[in-house]
Amino acid sequence: MSKNLDKLVIQTRRDILRMVHAVNSGHPGGSLGCVEFFVTLYNGIMDHGLDRDSKDMFILSNGHISPVYYSTLARAGYFETKELKTFRKINSRLQGHPTNHDNLPGVNISSGSLGQGLSVGVGVALSKKLNNDSSLVYVLTGDGELQEGQNWEAFMFASANKVDNIIVTIDLNGQQIDGSTEDVLDIGNLKLKLESFNWEVLEIENGNSLKDVHKTLSKAKKNSMKGRPIAILMKTIMGNGVDFMMHTHKWHGVAPNDEQLKEALNQNPETLGDY
Amino acid sequence: MKKFINQGDKDTRSGFGEGLTELGRNNSEVVALCADLTGSLKMNSFADENPERFFQVGIAEANMMGLAAGLATGGKIPYTGTFANFSTGRVYDQIRQSIAYSNKNVKICASHAGITLGEDGATHQILEDIGLMKMLPGMTVINTCDFNQTKSATLEICNFDGPVYLRFGRPKVANFTNPSDKFEIGKGVMLNKGNDVTIVATGHLVWEAINAAEKLEKNGINAEIINIHTIKPLDEDLILNSVNKTGCIVSAEEHNIFGGLGESIARLLTSKAPFPQEFVGTNDTFGESGTPIELMNKYGLNMNSIFDAVIRVLKRKVK
Repeated sequence: MSKNLDKLVIQTRRDILRMVHAVNSGHPGGSLGCVEFFVTLYNGIMDHGLDRDSKDMFILSNGHISPVYYSTLARAGYFETKELKTFRKINSRLQGHPTNHDNLPGVNISSGSLGQGLSVGVGVALSKKLNNDSSLVYVLTGDGELQEGQNWEAFMFASANKVDNIIVTIDLNGQQIDGSTEDVLDIGNLKLKLESFNWEVLEIENGNSLKDVHKTLSKAKKNSMKGRPIAILMKTIMGNGVDFMMHTHKWHGVAPNDEQLKEALNQNPETLGDY
Repeated sequence: MKKFINQGDKDTRSGFGEGLTELGRNNSEVVALCADLTGSLKMNSFADENPERFFQVGIAEANMMGLAAGLATGGKIPYTGTFANFSTGRVYDQIRQSIAYSNKNVKICASHAGITLGEDGATHQILEDIGLMKMLPGMTVINTCDFNQTKSATLEICNFDGPVYLRFGRPKVANFTNPSDKFEIGKGVMLNKGNDVTIVATGHLVWEAINAAEKLEKNGINAEIINIHTIKPLDEDLILNSVNKTGCIVSAEEHNIFGGLGESIARLLTSKAPFPQEFVGTNDTFGESGTPIELMNKYGLNMNSIFDAVIRVLKRKVK
């Protein structure tokens, strides 16, 4: 991967940490775990832009990781990076959970109440088919989120209807608010489950490697439009890039204090300029 | 009073089906989704004529609402079809987040609303859906009274950009409005001018209100009848102008009086024109099995209930 994307990864982490610290709220853990995915998706994988006609579309289902989404959109030019300062504050377009309600560029749907994004993504994919538009729909969901039954309605519908212009990535960080997904409600063997739902399943062993993420997303693109929807099981480390935040669910929805922020930023020195 | 002629009993859901079929022929952006009730919703002909634009989603209403939000995101005009209970209570959060808060141009079309669904009983009879839907910011709520009006509404909501809840029913009822009447969202219809009392009715209760007014006329009472098809936004001017003249009002709906049309009118009156009001509707209760007419009679949703409510409100009217 290019040096610039490495720099963007570091800068995105800084944005996430500073955003949640500024309002002493938000979800740093899952956001940090998905930085490499977002950076890759918006820099080389998706054909995207403000002019939406015949462009790929991204739907974020696990809306609580809004910090990484907002940073990515701002750094991709959808709005100015200085707007990141308004995150979770009054009169902001950058709500705690993302929404198109206030016309924030780049956000197509509201999410936060879990389990709804996959259905929406499949709906967008259907509209693209009706329009003979060959662009793709990308969806990101959490793993704990798959405990919501609506996802399985959507998995069933998409394969039964051969919706093959959608690539759904599942962030397998193994953690949710009350503990590990295994302890809270074991989601079992997802690969087997999704294959039995007639989805093509790809895997990313290290979802925090730009190279691995790029390789698998590229493969998914190549395999799209062949009669089956595609799911990517992406193993990530919650809190990745900040040593004391990694491998625990404790930072799911907790912001660092002043001292912790300082330490976290020291581990991720400024690269492309703070907002 | 003005005479109203029943052109022959017809179900409102067939009005929806005819409207949808017409839309299918005239607007290529219209798509339809149904959760395993295509026949009940009268969506067959749209499905037959436009197989590529019709999505059978199976018994999965939550997914249906999400798919509709996605189709709208892609520029389509989705019409979802299932029973009112499964169109609202079952999928409230999907509608709230993916459609209403996201301001998606989805038309939620709900048949078998209210108690007149009949024999299937309370699990399928929803009397709370107007309340659920009118509380959602940005949601337009429409409850049509007969076949012709349901067809017109189905066509008209396509021209309106935004989420709509269109509520109609199962049984065959009087078809008395003019098929050429223009349907205007948010505009009530003045059915009959009168000076003594205002009756504001919606849905299946509009025909009952007409029958009640005929009986009232024989008793020397001139009722003004307003057909409110759009519960939100409410035609406040029409109601206020009428009640300022008559000095009292009766609301009538096939819905719980908690959260329905009557409550919207009460809010209007308390803030703008505090005249006495009586409510015809179900009173904080579930329904039960029975024929539509038996149920309308038992739960006080007929012309006699409206007649009695008028007599009560006239006694409270300040002379």
